[in-house]
Amino acid sequence: MKTPMQKMMRRIHGLLFKLPLMITCDEFEGFILAYLEDDLPPRQKFVFETHLKVCRECRDYLAAYRTSLELARASYRDDPAAPDDMPEDLVKAIVAARKADG
Amino acid sequence: MMAVARRLVGDEALAQDCVQNAFADVFRGLDGFEERSRLSTWMHRIVVNQGLMALRKQKRLQEISIDDLLPAFDQNRCRIEEQWISAETPESLMQRDQTKDVVLSKIASLPENYRIVLLLRDIEEMSTSDVAQTLQISESNVKVRLHRARSALKMLLEPLLRGETS
Ligand SMILES: [Zn+2]
Repeated sequence: MKTPMQKMMRRIHGLLFKLPLMITCDEFEGFILAYLEDDLPPRQKFVFETHLKVCRECRDYLAAYRTSLELARASYRDDPAAPDDMPEDLVKAIVAARKADG
Repeated sequence: MMAVARRLVGDEALAQDCVQNAFADVFRGLDGFEERSRLSTWMHRIVVNQGLMALRKQKRLQEISIDDLLPAFDQNRCRIEEQWISAETPESLMQRDQTKDVVLSKIASLPENYRIVLLLRDIEEMSTSDVAQTLQISESNVKVRLHRARSALKMLLEPLLRGETS
């Protein structure tokens, strides 16, 4: 399945990620959510983006992760009632009626 | 309200029950409401809670295990990810007829603990702390589940994203 060349490249990748300011792919995985929510301190953000530059696998993975999230949001978006369309008037009327009741 | 319930429980009759119960809760709770938050936010929360209760009662059988849907790494801790040759944009994918149905059915097939977090955070747009409160789990647990749910969904949607028919 994998040529010796590809195997060697992967091993080099693995070694590269041991250098200072480098993280492995599984460490990268643990930072994704915080990165997308802009919750990473500057240094970790730099480390994350550096990994993204040197790692084709994580770049592809993150792009597909974002696309599928976008699709999930879009698939629900044309739902007839978004959370904001609650019948505010109706509830206000009910509140008023209850108050009148005592 | 019906849409919120339907998204959570995925069943029309059950969703109707949830909305009815939610209205009962709304009536009962009105005295305690006092404009603390927007009415719509408050009612949204009530429907969500009703939906969760309904799901808890209705134990779902044979779910896929989340472990089978998480990303893979080799012994060098490097990611195993097939190359993406052409990446379509969400916009162009949404233009196709089946996309929405496929996406909704894949979300429905996620293990429940993960699906609920994904729905509440990404679709209902509740905050991490609100979701933690509603589900009575820690915020870090919400984050872990949200990330796993998104990863799992990405894997389930791969055939669609790669333009393979399935
Ligand atoms: Zn990587």
